[in-house]
Amino acid sequence: MSGGAGGDWPLWEVFVRAKAGLSHRHVGSVHAPDAELALRHARDTYTRRGEGVSLWVVPSAEIVASDPDEAGPLFEPAQDKIYRHPTFYDIPDEVKHI
Amino acid sequence: MYTTELGKSATVKSLEDPKLLEAFEARVAADEFIEPKDWMPEAYRRTLVRQVSQHAHSEIVGMLPEGNWISRAPSLRRKAILLAKVQDEAGHGLYLYCAAETLGTSRDEMIEALHSGKAKYSTIFNYPTLTWADIGAIGWLVDGAAIMNQVPLQRTSYGPYARAMVRVCKEESFHQRQGYEIMIAMAGGTPEQKRMAQDALNRWWWPSLMMFGPPDEDSPNTAQSMRWRIKRDTNDELRQKFVDITVPQADFIDLKVPDADLKWNEAKNNGAGGYDFGEVDWEEFYAVVRGEGPVAKERMAARRAAWDDGAWVREAAVAHEEKRRARAAA
Repeated sequence: MSGGAGGDWPLWEVFVRAKAGLSHRHVGSVHAPDAELALRHARDTYTRRGEGVSLWVVPSAEIVASDPDEAGPLFEPAQDKIYRHPTFYDIPDEVKHI
Repeated sequence: MYTTELGKSATVKSLEDPKLLEAFEARVAADEFIEPKDWMPEAYRRTLVRQVSQHAHSEIVGMLPEGNWISRAPSLRRKAILLAKVQDEAGHGLYLYCAAETLGTSRDEMIEALHSGKAKYSTIFNYPTLTWADIGAIGWLVDGAAIMNQVPLQRTSYGPYARAMVRVCKEESFHQRQGYEIMIAMAGGTPEQKRMAQDALNRWWWPSLMMFGPPDEDSPNTAQSMRWRIKRDTNDELRQKFVDITVPQADFIDLKVPDADLKWNEAKNNGAGGYDFGEVDWEEFYAVVRGEGPVAKERMAARRAAWDDGAWVREAAVAHEEKRRARAAA
């Protein structure tokens, strides 16, 4: 939302830790002029029902993302390496599985 | 809350790379989700920006009819509930604005479009809330209709929109229940309270049916939007579903749905049975879409006043951050 200077406040990505023992997870974003207000807005917008015990806000502009057009070269090489999965190996039923 | 699809029809431009277009159509047809940085046809982007921003505007304007009753709620319990509900609507608006922004539009542009009257929002919010029973009827009928519209949108093809809808649907269920609970209380109250409940049903029934949008034969965007999985059910299908679920709820509290043509029809819904119901007054619907709703001007005036009155807070927040930065740099 715009302030006096015009234009939108910077965008922040919001991450919530649902409970201790779980990682923070991306839930959405908020606009805010600074980090403190970003946290407050994130709290009001994304945790009205006890959805979390901890919040992270990160300036959206600071996130470096992989290019969707590069998804092939980046991720496809992993797909034919099925020997990286345990199901690739046949172990006789007679012996105990670890 | 929800918005009907009110914009112009989206035509697919053939200027785009046919290979990209074909790959996109195949992904969508396979029920894959499209994410912000993925390639998408311009018409898909435009249609989504329009639909998601209209949806966001509807949530924001939807706070006004109910906000009108917060200070006059009949008990502390009801007041706390109504406050929470109105706060939820603000949250829903914010989820949706954020989803729309991932398509390359800015919050500023959307707010400006709403305030200038260029952007539409759901026709339902241009009707007045005259009595406390209206708050019951809104939760029961308006949020009920919204849920029916929104549940299928959790599987809509655009990822950020679908995720926003998952959150909205989770929260919306209490809205509908608290509304019906108000209606149960009033319909079971004094004769005068029951009359108020009936009066609210009389006034909100038809506008609620209008929330599903024009009949399928007059909804030129539907086929394209369904193909793109932006929409998952037609307007008439959802309207029928709403009537079938809501009429027994009215019966249960001994209120009468204001439709002389309402009749059980065993053959409907492929033999499962359903209600025949009367024709919606589409002239009224289009008049409200054009901005001629009973309280359309008041709604926009209230919205603009809230924005303008809050300007100093936004300016102060920016000034504070600038001062902090300057100090840090010194």
